[in-house]
Amino acid sequence: MPDLLLELFCEEIPARMQRKAAEDLKKLVTDALVERGLVYEGARAYVTPRRLALQVVGLPARQPDVREEKKGPRVGAPESAVQGFLKSAGLVSLDEAKVVTDPKKGEFYVAVIERPGRDTPEVVAEIVPDVIRSFPWPKSMRWGKASAEPGALRWVRPLHSILCTFGPETEMPDVVRFEVGGIASSDVTFGHRFMAPGLILVRRYDDYVTSLEQAKVVLDLDRRKDIILNEARNLAFAQGLELVEDEGLLEEVAGLVEWPVVLMGSFDEDFLAVPPEVIRATIRANQKCFVLRDGKTGKLANRFILVSNVEAKDGGAAIVAGNGRVVRARLSDAKFFWETDKRTRLEDRLPKLDSIVFHEKLGTQGERVARLAALARELAPIVGADADKAERAARLAKADLVSEMVGEFPELQGLMGRYYATEQGEDAAVAAAVEDHYKPQGPSDRVPDAPVSIAVALADKLDTLVGFWSIDEKPTGSKDPYALRRAALGVIRLVLENGVRLKLVQFLDDLVVVGRLTSSYELPAGTPKVSTLEDLLAFFADRLKVYLRDKGARHDLIDAVFALEGQDDLVLIVRRVEALGRFLDTEDGRNLLAGYKRAANILRIEEKKDGRSYGGAPDLALIARAGQIEEKGLAVALDAARRDASAAVAREDFEGAMRALAALRPAVDAFFDKVTVNAEDPALRENRLKLLNAIREATREVADFSRIEG
Amino acid sequence: MSAAERMTDSHMSPARSFQGLILTLQRFWAERGCVILQPYDMEVGAGTFHPATTLRALGPKPWRAAYVQPSRRPKDGRYGENPNRLQHYYQFQVILKPSPKDLQDLYLQSLYAIGIDPALHDIRFVEDDWESPTLGAWGLGWECWCDGMEVSQFTYFQQVAGFECAPVAGELTYGLERLAMYVQGVENVYDLNFNGGEGANKVTYGEIFLQAEQEYSRHNFEHADTEMLFRHFKDAEEECRRLIAAGTAGDGDNDRRHKLALPAYDQCIKASHVFNLLDARGVISVTERQSYILRVRELAKACGAAWLATEGGGM
Repeated sequence: MPDLLLELFCEEIPARMQRKAAEDLKKLVTDALVERGLVYEGARAYVTPRRLALQVVGLPARQPDVREEKKGPRVGAPESAVQGFLKSAGLVSLDEAKVVTDPKKGEFYVAVIERPGRDTPEVVAEIVPDVIRSFPWPKSMRWGKASAEPGALRWVRPLHSILCTFGPETEMPDVVRFEVGGIASSDVTFGHRFMAPGLILVRRYDDYVTSLEQAKVVLDLDRRKDIILNEARNLAFAQGLELVEDEGLLEEVAGLVEWPVVLMGSFDEDFLAVPPEVIRATIRANQKCFVLRDGKTGKLANRFILVSNVEAKDGGAAIVAGNGRVVRARLSDAKFFWETDKRTRLEDRLPKLDSIVFHEKLGTQGERVARLAALARELAPIVGADADKAERAARLAKADLVSEMVGEFPELQGLMGRYYATEQGEDAAVAAAVEDHYKPQGPSDRVPDAPVSIAVALADKLDTLVGFWSIDEKPTGSKDPYALRRAALGVIRLVLENGVRLKLVQFLDDLVVVGRLTSSYELPAGTPKVSTLEDLLAFFADRLKVYLRDKGARHDLIDAVFALEGQDDLVLIVRRVEALGRFLDTEDGRNLLAGYKRAANILRIEEKKDGRSYGGAPDLALIARAGQIEEKGLAVALDAARRDASAAVAREDFEGAMRALAALRPAVDAFFDKVTVNAEDPALRENRLKLLNAIREATREVADFSRIEG
Repeated sequence: MSAAERMTDSHMSPARSFQGLILTLQRFWAERGCVILQPYDMEVGAGTFHPATTLRALGPKPWRAAYVQPSRRPKDGRYGENPNRLQHYYQFQVILKPSPKDLQDLYLQSLYAIGIDPALHDIRFVEDDWESPTLGAWGLGWECWCDGMEVSQFTYFQQVAGFECAPVAGELTYGLERLAMYVQGVENVYDLNFNGGEGANKVTYGEIFLQAEQEYSRHNFEHADTEMLFRHFKDAEEECRRLIAAGTAGDGDNDRRHKLALPAYDQCIKASHVFNLLDARGVISVTERQSYILRVRELAKACGAAWLATEGGGM
């Protein structure tokens, strides 16, 4: 079976777009092939900075013939129907259609449309130009003379040549001929920009890859990554050092070279006085180089690994020297920032925050800091933190935003604050909170567990959420520019993973409705504060569901707990969900749920029939006088279960509450076994329905069982 | 014999003198059909502001030019104390419209001409999408790296002054001081050999510019009269609008062309520089900053539209 080889050769593709582009190329071409009846055995896409390539193996030489029968109108149908049929089937006259007899419908016309399959290259020549023209680059451009014309070809950077061959393994493949934006397809590509820029004649994938390797191009991104990683590790090992691995950087660097040559450079040891994160950020962001550490002490070494794109004729000496000079200049800047920053105390930076707008309607960073300080103080007793320390940490938390270092490396915010706080002799808990108050940044980020850090981290997120909710800037669909979902998840993780007992409604009510937090916002007059709060709580509920679902909790159990009134203590909600899950895993639990469902079903039907509800307490005197023994048993059991469950819930003993409900099981079973609910006597019937309702009510002490599936 | 070899021994070799670097680049691009212009006689933040780039990038007419442009970035002043940062520095600017197919090769040849041999050095094109909010311009391209150092910007202009470039122009911007530091092997910009002389005949970059850096840093950060600057900004803005209006063809005019596009654009440049000075003085708040940028952009757009209605703009 023949194979297809396609290569799109262009000027340097941004590293961050390469992997996705290769996947897109593969998907777009193979989908289009399959859509046209060309099923293949396998396909793989490759990418380097200058080329996107695709190999499709095991394609048929031509499309299968298609035979289609199209049913038309009956014989003798009106002319308009006949004309419509001829047009849609592509026939000139009815002579070309055949007549089929059906015992029920009589005689009618059938058009037989036969479409012979076309040769695969012909189909490919149709597909590829379309794929190129509509390629989903995140950003694309026009270039050259042709860019003056409307509809000019767009590509990520100027496209230079297209290689496209098709043919069986045993024969010389053919060039699939087509043209896009003035570029005619061919069987030619080019080697490495500097080391082997010449023309390469290509037949098929095998010689393509080999020729490229000879021309100093490693086609496969993952292989380039492997080469870089291995050589970097080896170079480090030879110096008794360890590579500080960095997957993001590795992916990027592998997207910047066609022929990775890994080299090691060094810098003056004096620079190691600068915090290691700063050195790493500097070298990574500006130079795209890796750093190394001492395997034993874990300390950063004064070496770095660079990945060049050429085998230089001096063995890389000039390249290492050049990179070393740039690293030195960058580290000098970083060292200068570090030393300059240390000369200003964090609190002395605070006035600068007054001139930085946090959000147009939410005041300045300075005002935000004042809110955070008040909020952290308030939260301190709840999380068991020292209120003075919490307030202090909150006051200093944003000060590093106006330091030179964070101005240069925004990703070091918080961390630099911690360094500067430590340098100026702040309490260790305060310094830690300055760094950690941004955490957790997502579902896998570390959650602070020190009380002062928790207080400030919660303050930071609650202020953000309340603020943006107050000005009606909520996430919609995929848009969440202020990362509010992440903030809510942060609150959830901080609270749950530290067991913080915070009644959100009460706490936020104070802040929002009383306005202690929101007084510095510029809210439009008449902003309804209460509905803001309700809406925010609903958002928390949604986020909690997502969080619990990710943890493997059943979504129906979460719904069953949320359906109860006044659930705003996240810790209790989760404990209740967990207890409920465990209970439903027992036989008692399953049985009670079955009993509940049965009771609820009967009630639903009867209540609908009677047009009334059967709320209210059953008449115990009537049961005593005329009821069956099982009826009495259930009434007594329900009374006890409800009382016990309620008491257990009040003690926050959800296991106990479940046990209390479990005790209902024999009485419920016996009741359904022996008692006819729809008794002849209307008084008895009404009372029995009320008993069923009492089962429903009793279970509501722990959850809304109607939300539970199964 | 390559240009680099030809000049190795001479004091005009790019490896020996700053002016030699400039002359080599000028000669290189002159040989490739560029008109060699002189710097624009106004304060600008980058070579792109020169009307030979901003305005000539618009419209259908082919255009090839190269020039040195002194660039002023008031905020980057460091009182002459930082070995890499200057509030006044030189850019070498090349604009080729339409962008030729071999623009990357031409660029690499120009590096070779100034003594950067790709068999010895690691030259890379690293993604860098260029955008000038004040000019309403953007393009795609790269930072060009030599051994890990950014030595040039390479951009295919897609839009300028809010108008699509048709055809697209290719723009190359060489950071001359950085490049010179690299080829001269100097770590401090002020140590650059400017004229290629030795001993008593040597003139360094510092001898020419250190005092200026100190004085202008004082001016930019401490002494520039902000009230006057605010006034100048307003004046330039108003004058620009007035010229745009005055140059626009009236209903009865047979000649539909704009008559004052270039003088109007001068006022746009002026407003932009005054804004940069105010920014350096720290008297523009974060929120105001955006609105000032927008105001300059509006001027740039109006000037772009005016230019497109001139002969140079293709009308």
